[in-house]
Order: sequence, then structure tokens, then C-alpha cells
Amino acid sequence: MIRVSQTSYQYPGGTRIAFPDFHIPRGNHGLLLGNSGSGKTTLIHLIGGLLRGQQGKVEVGGVDMASLTEQGLDQYRGRHFGFVFQKNHLIQALTVEQNLLAAPFFAGLPQNSENAEALLQELGLEGKRQARIRELSHGQAQRVAIARALINKPTVILADEPTSALDDKNCDKVIRLLMEASTNHGATLVVATHDQRLKSVMPVSVELVASG
Amino acid sequence: MSLITLAWSYLKARPLTTALNVLLLALGVSVITVLILFTNQLEEKVTANSKGVDLVVGAKGSPMQLILCSVFHVDFPTGNINLKEAERISRHPMVKKAIPLALGDSYMGFRIVGTRRDYATLYNAELAEGAWWDNHLEVTVGATAAQQLKLKVGSELVSAHGLTENGDEHEAHHYKVVGILKPSHTVLDQLLLTNVQSIWLAHDLAAGDTTGVIASTLVPGHPAGDSTREVTSLLIQYRNPLAVIQLPRFINGQSNLQAAAPAYETARLFSILGVGMDVLRAFAIVLILISGLSIFIVLYNSMKERRYDLAIMRSMGASRTKLFVAVILEGTWLTALGSLFGLMLGHGVLYAFTLAVTGSAATGVQAGVYYAAETWLLGGSLALGILCSLLPALEAYRTDIHEVLAGN
Repeated sequence: MIRVSQTSYQYPGGTRIAFPDFHIPRGNHGLLLGNSGSGKTTLIHLIGGLLRGQQGKVEVGGVDMASLTEQGLDQYRGRHFGFVFQKNHLIQALTVEQNLLAAPFFAGLPQNSENAEALLQELGLEGKRQARIRELSHGQAQRVAIARALINKPTVILADEPTSALDDKNCDKVIRLLMEASTNHGATLVVATHDQRLKSVMPVSVELVASG
Repeated sequence: MSLITLAWSYLKARPLTTALNVLLLALGVSVITVLILFTNQLEEKVTANSKGVDLVVGAKGSPMQLILCSVFHVDFPTGNINLKEAERISRHPMVKKAIPLALGDSYMGFRIVGTRRDYATLYNAELAEGAWWDNHLEVTVGATAAQQLKLKVGSELVSAHGLTENGDEHEAHHYKVVGILKPSHTVLDQLLLTNVQSIWLAHDLAAGDTTGVIASTLVPGHPAGDSTREVTSLLIQYRNPLAVIQLPRFINGQSNLQAAAPAYETARLFSILGVGMDVLRAFAIVLILISGLSIFIVLYNSMKERRYDLAIMRSMGASRTKLFVAVILEGTWLTALGSLFGLMLGHGVLYAFTLAVTGSAATGVQAGVYYAAETWLLGGSLALGILCSLLPALEAYRTDIHEVLAGN
């Protein structure tokens, strides 16, 4: 599903970071483990098409990310990826349902309210459809962010540090939820983190070492 | 979810700022709306009322006063002129038509004008009911006057000296209403028309008899060349373009007469009024520009607060162009609301003015009319909205997803 080979990225500052080759097969989950400064956010952004300009080859679903045009990349990203970030980054001005429906809207897919409702129920957020974002607890907000990542039925879910701010109990809950939801929706889950606790629940695909 | 609802959601998320911006723009737009409504209607009225009058001849005094009094019926007469002299002017070869006006009396604040039938013809007046005045002390009443004074055909009234409601009454002579006019949307609507002799009778001057003598051309039924009778002014139509230069000079050369051209005097009036209008307009434009600046600042600042939102939207597949359009829409929403609210406010203020200020009916200004200039105002405001959101939109367009989300 995801294949990274002989890839390196040069920062505008001049430092170059090289990534080890790795491959995550379809339906599998993988961990990108590394301390801060090791370039794991850069790698996950390269995979998700949030950043381009790399050397080497990053393939997702058999498509070379570098071969896509700017517009093609926007569309590919919207339809094939779901993102979960450490800070949930929900849009405060919108309701929970609008936050979910923003994903199909921006990806150019049909907006289906029942779909959104079903996902909210699956994640234990029934009755929160019309709620404002600031009315949610941290855990609820995180589940809304996961629902948003799932709603377009993506092939890949990319999560950047989803657990690092959580205590052990919640860390376990969130990662299991992510894995379960990804498996249920047939998506490949890739988690970039420095959180060593995740090693026990997910296979490590690649370990990045801070350069310098 | 659409770009329009997205823009609207952001506006709703900060209600106070949005309300302030809308109000600021609405104030500016409403002032301009009132100016548009007022000046356009005033100009229409002035044009309609001075139609067909090339020159006004009256007693010496202020030419503006002569015009205001004899054409628009808002000021007092400058004095009277001798009928014999008036006849002499009316026989001048460059005069095509001369209509006498005898002013000075009124009924409940509405003017009684002693004149000839062709004064009404000047404004294409038509009868709604009854008849034109024919005999002495018969009046035909303008539409507004009849409505406000509740006059009907057959009503009797006593005129008062002067033009205010509490002048001395000429009780010895009763006028009789013989006809009501259809609305002409000119000054005629506010007048009570009668013949010249009726005004003389009311002032206890006998109406003449033309048996065996030549009748006056100006006052039918009165002997010609009577230097003991007076009229207030003459409305004159030129026979040929040459008269524009020669006739006023000829008349002003007479010791106690003056000639004033409505076109020139109204242009002068507008240039005096114009200063006030210009100040108001400049004030309104400053208000609108400040609201534009305020919209710009609000949008620009919110782009900084919204950088995560923007990056997230991009991560969900939004193209740069979509984000650009979303911000432009937000500015357009704001100015659309502001200018629509401003137009309504402008019309509302003018409506309140016509209700609250007595005598505003006499100016004939109405709130329920729409001018093409208002469409331009609306379009201009929208253009301002787009202009003010261009830079913030560009900021949104340029959002670097990686940089924002990596937290650098």
C-alpha cells in the first residue's frame, strides 16, 4: 500500500534528511517511530501529499506522489487519506456535523448526513451532531477528528502524534479505537510518533533517528 | 456544507465584529441613499415645475425670491407690478406667451393663485371632477390641497391675507369650489386656482367691466391699460432663442421691473445646496471606506487565527482556489448585508422624515421610489467587499499546509 524507497528531503534551511526504505502492505498498520527532530512529521506529510519536493519515490496505492499535479494531489489527498493530528484541529465555527461533512465537501464527494450520523454513533458520539466544538471534551473532540478522518472511506489513515498528550489509559483507548476503526473501514493506519508505548500494540515499520 | 455556508458560519462565529462591520457600512450607505433619493426627487420636481417657463417678470428684489415665489410657491412675493406695464411687456414681439399671477392670499396655508386657464395648461393639468373656474370667486383646487383641506365641489371658503395659516381673513368674500384637479405631481397639486379679479375682489377692489372698452390681454374681462390694478408676476415663454439675451436686458432696463430665468436661478440654488450635499457625501464615503478598512483588518487578522482551519481544509482536499473564494465570499457576505441594510435604513429614514416633518408633503419627496443609482451603490459596495478581502484571501491561498501542521 505504502512504499517509500531511497527517499530524502532537503529543508529550505539546507539540511537534508534521508529516510530508510520501507513498505506497509494493504490492510496492515504501521508505526513510524522517532524522536522529535527525526523527520517523522516530514515523512508523514510526504506520504500524505501535504508536502512535496522529495527525492526518491513515495508510492501510495501504486501512485507515485510526485507524478501528481497540484490539483490532482489535492483531489488524491481528499479521497484517499484521512488525517488525525495531535491537536485535533476541528473548525470551531462549525458544528460537529458540519466538521464531518466538510471532508466530503472539500474532497468533492457527496455529503451524506446519515453517513455522518452512523459514524458518530459508532464512535459513541450520538446526540452530538449539532453540538459546537467548544462544548466537547478533549476525548470527544478526538473522536470527532477520527470520524472526520474516516468519513470519506480513505484507503490510508495518517496519524501524527495522536497519543503523546494522553495518559496511559487514554493512550491505549485512542490507539485501539484508531486501529479498530481503520480495520473496520478497510484502511491502512500509519502512526508517526515518539510514543514508545505504542510499540506494544502496533508493528514498527521504520525507526527514524535524529540526524545531528 | 458549501463555501457560502462556510463563509456565513465564520461570520456567525464572531457576531459582534460582524454586526459592527455591517452597521458601519450600513450607515455610510444609508446617508448616500438619502442623498440620492433627495437630490433626484428635488431635481425632478424643479424640472417639472419650471417646465415651460422661460422667464419670470416681477417687482424689483431678489431674483431667487421671485423664482421661488412665482414658480415653486415657497417664498413671498417681491411686490406687485402695474397691470398696464405688465400688458406692455406681454405685447413685446419676443414674448410668445405671458401668464399673469396674482399672489398673496391663502387658505389654511395653501396658496390661492389668481391666474388664467393656461397656467394649468402649462402643467397639463386635468380635472378630476367639477369644472374649471369661470366666474369671479370660483376656485379649482389642486389634488393634494383638496385632499388635505377636505374640500369638495361646492365647498365654500374664506381666504386669508398672507401665506400663513393665521393671516387676516377676507370675510366679506366667499370662494366657492367648482372643480378638483387630478394629481399632476407638480406644484399645482398644492394650489387653489381662481381668476385674477377674485384676488382683487377679496381686497375690496372692484372687478372691471369691458362693455364698450378694449379688454385686457392679460386679464380677460378687465379693461385694458388699467394702471390702478396690479398683478404679482408674469410667467413668460420666449418666441425665439434671441429673446434669451435681449428680453431680460429690456425688462431689467425698466425702472421698477426685474426679469429672472428659472433655469439660471435653480442652478444657482443647487450650487448653494450642493456644498452641503458634498460635505454629507464626503462624510458618507469616509464611513464606507472606514468600514472597508475594518472588514480588511478583521479578515486579515482572522486568517492568522484560522491558519490551522485552512491547513486542515487543504488536508481534506480543498484546493488553494477554494480557500481563496471562501474568504472573498466572506467579505462579500459582509458588504452585501451592510449595503442592503443601508439601503433599507436610507429609505426608512426618509419615510420617517415624510411622516414626522409637517410640510414635507409640500416638497413632494417620497421614500418609496428606487433609483438606478442605488443599484450602482449596491454594486460598488460589493466590489469594495471583494477588494478588501483580496489580500486576506491571498493569505489563505498561500497557506503552507506542512509548515502550519508541523508547528514550525
